[in-house]
Amino acid sequence: MSELLKVPTMAEYMAQGKQPDVLFWVGCAGSFDDRAKKITKAFVKLLNKAKVDFAVLGTEESCTGDPAKRAGNEFLFQMQAVTNIEVLNAYEVKKIVTACPHCFNTIKNEYPELGGHYEVMHHTQFLKSLLDEGKLTIEGGQYKGKRITFHDPCYLGRANNVYEAPRDLIQKLEAELVEMKNCKSKGLCCGAGGAQMFKDAEKGDKEVNVERTEQAIEVKPDIIAAGCPFCNTMMTDGVKAKDKEAEVDVMDIAELIANAQDL
Amino acid sequence: MSILPNILFALILIAGIGYFAKNVKKLIRNIKLGHDVDVSDNTSQRWQNMTRIALGQSKMVRRPIAGFLHIIVYVGFVIINIEVLEIIIDGLFGTHRIFSAMGGFYGFLIGSFEILALLVFVSVIIFWIRRNIIKLKRFWKSEMKGWPKSDGNIILYFEMILMTLFLVMNATDVHFQAMNNGNVISQFIAPLFSNMSEGTLHIIERGAWWLHIVGILIFLNYLYFSKHLHILLAFPNTYYGKVKPKGQLDNLEAVTKEVKMMMDPDADPFAAPAEDESGTDDVAKFGASDVQDLNWVQLLNAYTCTECGRCTDECPANQTGKKLSPRKIMMDTRDRLEEVGKNIDANNGEFKDDGKQLLGDYITNEELWACTSCNACVQACPVSIDPLSIIIDMRRYLVMEQSAAPAELNNMMTNIENNGAPWPYNQMDRLNWKDE
Repeated sequence: MSELLKVPTMAEYMAQGKQPDVLFWVGCAGSFDDRAKKITKAFVKLLNKAKVDFAVLGTEESCTGDPAKRAGNEFLFQMQAVTNIEVLNAYEVKKIVTACPHCFNTIKNEYPELGGHYEVMHHTQFLKSLLDEGKLTIEGGQYKGKRITFHDPCYLGRANNVYEAPRDLIQKLEAELVEMKNCKSKGLCCGAGGAQMFKDAEKGDKEVNVERTEQAIEVKPDIIAAGCPFCNTMMTDGVKAKDKEAEVDVMDIAELIANAQDL
Repeated sequence: MSILPNILFALILIAGIGYFAKNVKKLIRNIKLGHDVDVSDNTSQRWQNMTRIALGQSKMVRRPIAGFLHIIVYVGFVIINIEVLEIIIDGLFGTHRIFSAMGGFYGFLIGSFEILALLVFVSVIIFWIRRNIIKLKRFWKSEMKGWPKSDGNIILYFEMILMTLFLVMNATDVHFQAMNNGNVISQFIAPLFSNMSEGTLHIIERGAWWLHIVGILIFLNYLYFSKHLHILLAFPNTYYGKVKPKGQLDNLEAVTKEVKMMMDPDADPFAAPAEDESGTDDVAKFGASDVQDLNWVQLLNAYTCTECGRCTDECPANQTGKKLSPRKIMMDTRDRLEEVGKNIDANNGEFKDDGKQLLGDYITNEELWACTSCNACVQACPVSIDPLSIIIDMRRYLVMEQSAAPAELNNMMTNIENNGAPWPYNQMDRLNWKDE
């Protein structure tokens, strides 16, 4: 299928003297993590299908600095941020879309004070807008009638008050959206934020991702939908820890929509 | 009529308010030990937050039972203060129930106070049961031992006694009963005193009156030493609380300057550091190891904390048995700030190094590293406290001043520095997914 993927880079656009409508910020997970790469590709298929004029930075992209900042390394964060902002500003980027809530939050909220001003959208918001503009249609397909629960990523939900866009998309799949006991602003973390992804958890009775997965399994879903590559990993591990891989899938919303249309 | 009680009343009033004012001054001095921070932005949003969150109790009702009971106690407290005003005027001028000149409306007022007093009394009993009999988990966490535990109960006993005194005062006030207006609750208590002589009734009524007002003054002065300070500080705290998106951590200006200099190709790396505008050559300290390194809003947060534990209850780290408790972060900050304040008082206004600090002596690295920065604690706080900002400031100190991050995080940071990703992959491979 990969031959179908059209992924132009900003450099290629520049060489043709053109400017894309939107920059797709892939993020580290989306670029390197085997599971997250599937999310990246699913999203690109949707962009291609909707004929969105987009480009990626490719090898010119670097970590936004989110884990460094949350770990307390403000130096490293700002070095990353300033470098990224130089690249983005050189390409005169106006609008950015990303499938990672951590990149979304950092570029949207923390880059402006360092000179980076862009309109930033999470991919669920962007897909919703494509839908509203009629550039994309969503069909239920294989997910029609399935029980889907949405795990709110902290950096999308509580951090930026985006709760509805992902839910609207799930409902468009004609699926049954079931809510966990902790959802929206009361959502429970997957355990990966604040740089926890990159270290072992402190001593406790349980891992956070297992606790969260238990909450998800409680509502007996067919699918746990996520909107963050890190949440995706944590929930997938949680489902494995509970021996439920056979019954419950963990999928990103972009994957659900792409799969539903056999893209 | 002797003027003696009036003088005694005035003296008690002056002493009570005077001591309170003295402690408020100390409170403000302590809060100002923190760095300055610009909170002059978004004024309309800030007023709105204060009105909605503090005045309107909007976040309290997210937990309906506690929220509803809290609103009763809150409304009762605010409205019964009208009665306190009457008591103060009566006390100073030797009058009796001066507002009763309002006639029927007075009866309506006192009647509603009596109903509120009963409701407050019942609510406070339920609060007490929740704490001491049902033993709600959040009131029995490890940080809730000793003073914090007794403080919570003392407040409840105080309110029970004050409400009882108010009702007894009305039930034994022959003049008031004679008005036959407004004694909607106290009329049911009055029969308890029916066999007593008028003289005894008068003594009980006066006793309740005096104890009520003296009790209120003691309670006022108790505030400074108690979590109950929230009844005052919730208002400024919600006003000065964070108005930016929760996910946005503050930008460290001092770092920005250094980074810009580092990345400026024209900068002379061997040049002497530029003189600070203030003329001091203080080396900036990155992050926070003690309360003086925090900003004053964070210190105000610490004094405002009601120790309700909603933050800790929602904290994913705490829920899974890790040591981190956002409430403890706030309580530790306040305890250390009080300690620093006392140190300053004892040393003629100068802080003398006591070999202690917030980091290590109060808050451990283990607590700090357990945080997922998910903002559940910030969301849960009914009075806009931000424990996360303190955690991040202390992590900054650990990483930038002490290089004391866990080894795995150091690896992650080295990877970002060398490869532009938290994993050891080459930046040149970033687009490989396209062809896989």
